[in-house]
Amino acid sequence: MANFINFFYAAILSGTPLLFGTTGEILCEKAGGLNLGVEGMMWIGAFAGFYTAWKTESVFLAFLVAFASAALGALLYAFLTITLKTNQNVTGLTLTTFGIGISTVLGFAMTENAGGNPQISSEFMSKLAPIEIPFLSSIPYIGKMFLNYNPFVYIAIVIAIVIALIFKFSKTGLAIRAIGENPSAADAAGINVTLHKYLCTIIGGGICGIGGAYMSIITLNGTWQSGGGVVGGYGWIAVALVIFASWSSAKAIIGSFIFGAFTCLQYYIGQFSFLPAFIREMPVSIYQMLPFLLTTIVLIISSVNSKKISSEPHSLGLNYFREDR
Amino acid sequence: MADLTKKHEPFVRVAKRTQVSTKKSVLLQISAFVLAIIAGGLFILLLGENPLEAYKHIIEGAFVGSVRNPLSSVQATVVRFIPLLIASLALVPAFKMKFWNIGAEGQIIMGGVFSTYFALFHSDWPHAILLIVMILAGAVGGAFWALIPTIFKIKFNTNETLFTLMLNYIALYIVRYLEAGPWQRTKGYASIGSIDDNARLPEVFGVHIGWIIALVLMVLMFFYISKTKQGYEISVVGESQPTARYAGMSVGKIVLRTMIISGAIAGLAGALQVAGIDHTLSGGIAGGVGFTAIVVAWLGKLNPFYIAGISFLFSILAKGSSTMQTQLGLSASVADVVQGIILFCVIAFEFFINYKLIFKKKEG
Repeated sequence: MANFINFFYAAILSGTPLLFGTTGEILCEKAGGLNLGVEGMMWIGAFAGFYTAWKTESVFLAFLVAFASAALGALLYAFLTITLKTNQNVTGLTLTTFGIGISTVLGFAMTENAGGNPQISSEFMSKLAPIEIPFLSSIPYIGKMFLNYNPFVYIAIVIAIVIALIFKFSKTGLAIRAIGENPSAADAAGINVTLHKYLCTIIGGGICGIGGAYMSIITLNGTWQSGGGVVGGYGWIAVALVIFASWSSAKAIIGSFIFGAFTCLQYYIGQFSFLPAFIREMPVSIYQMLPFLLTTIVLIISSVNSKKISSEPHSLGLNYFREDR
Repeated sequence: MADLTKKHEPFVRVAKRTQVSTKKSVLLQISAFVLAIIAGGLFILLLGENPLEAYKHIIEGAFVGSVRNPLSSVQATVVRFIPLLIASLALVPAFKMKFWNIGAEGQIIMGGVFSTYFALFHSDWPHAILLIVMILAGAVGGAFWALIPTIFKIKFNTNETLFTLMLNYIALYIVRYLEAGPWQRTKGYASIGSIDDNARLPEVFGVHIGWIIALVLMVLMFFYISKTKQGYEISVVGESQPTARYAGMSVGKIVLRTMIISGAIAGLAGALQVAGIDHTLSGGIAGGVGFTAIVVAWLGKLNPFYIAGISFLFSILAKGSSTMQTQLGLSASVADVVQGIILFCVIAFEFFINYKLIFKKKEG
């Protein structure tokens, strides 16, 4: 049982940055923008957040700067795809290349200047320690499984829920969904398409950036690993998760933790003696492949049933040009 | 009424240009490149390095070889150029058809997997036959990997961008599985080891013959796209599927055929990488080439000759900056930053080629 609880705990922790990335991308895709720059924006957030944490020792500033820098990257994407109507795939991929590149270069320079891997002070790290809720956190099993996480796990869940509620109940949410489905109809109904698209892309990008900072600061325990993959493909898993969660940030909470479980399953599966041997001894690569395989299956199923449960925004990946109407 | 529309006319609006002079378009492209190089230089300056020196190191790193082998750097640059050019060419027909195949990475990997099979288990075949079979197997592997999302696209209109993206990762983990599983050379060490000498491509001018294949493909692709009936069909489907249907074309068949070609060429790049340079199969076989190829194909406006030029430029950047990293205290990822800036500048400039701004007329 202890093994299982440790596994559950680890799954939540590694699912959290995925949840940030997925929520951010859902916000962007709901307005019709398929931003393949998630990985790049997470990298930008990872460096910016880490550097600020290292220099200022302020948790608030670190994550604020991570949000703002990634949002700046998203602004670039928004300007190019929305105003200049460039191809979304190409622009997003370039944002990823650019984001990884610039963060690697700056991280390299930071490491050179520090004369070794920069390390955030333990005082800073202690502010991000798991929150101990008196009495509740010490309930056996439940306490460890649900009530003993660092603050950003809860923040990620809250953001995801808030965004799900916005889409479900608010007028703004309805407007964004309308834009994602049919921008010219939304435009005709008097919705400011450009403004909403910009806001969704930028705020979504900022949320991805927080996910990146979570990885560089919390997942990697406050040490910048120059040359190592800080974000290491989590941005791409987030793009996959958007499909898996069928464009719902509420479903993304569960999805992120399932995918989080897959990413750390390899360290725990061998200990689960209740499983048959052939599952316990399955190669690591199969577990790593599972998130992508599952996503593909979800993608296929949702397109085969497209008449019944089409959750993919109808104009996803297409630019809206008013004069084309 | 007239007053009302005038009042609501925005200060500036955007309209598509119908005709663009080639001269103007080339001029804008070149100025975008120059601007990008300057912007990249400023970035290097901000990092406290001399941008001129950094660029000098990049150029030297890409062209000036060692004393023992003065051609070594050029050869290394060409080695990077081959897969990038082939993968970019692979995307030309797909993108022309507006089929957003971003799965070249996975198709390269699967090409590598299929050709490695013959390198590992049939290394006793006659040299020429083995190499031909390996290259063909690579093409089959790539085509197979491209076929899966294509069939679903045709049957159920499954989003091909997301599907091909997922297949990249599935292909990667298939290689990881083979490395640590059935094809493992030494127990406990995740590698398939080197392939037999018999399965390696010969070299011409110190670089494996893939460069000849790449250049031939470039010319063939140019003719295929612009001079053949099939190439014409691809453009019609890309412009408007209803038009293609109305003209009696079988859209499904054309999409299928085009994606087989696209995937096969990408797979070929994977086979050449295995037989020509890596001499093994590893997770890094494609190393992001499939993604860079998307950018290259786009920058080159799907023209095989432009694409070759841009592939070469990007290869210089990549090879040169890896040399620069060892000489200056500057990460080789500077290449990615400069590449990103180039593309951002070019696509931003492209806007002014394709659209014009119409300002609100002063009220008279």
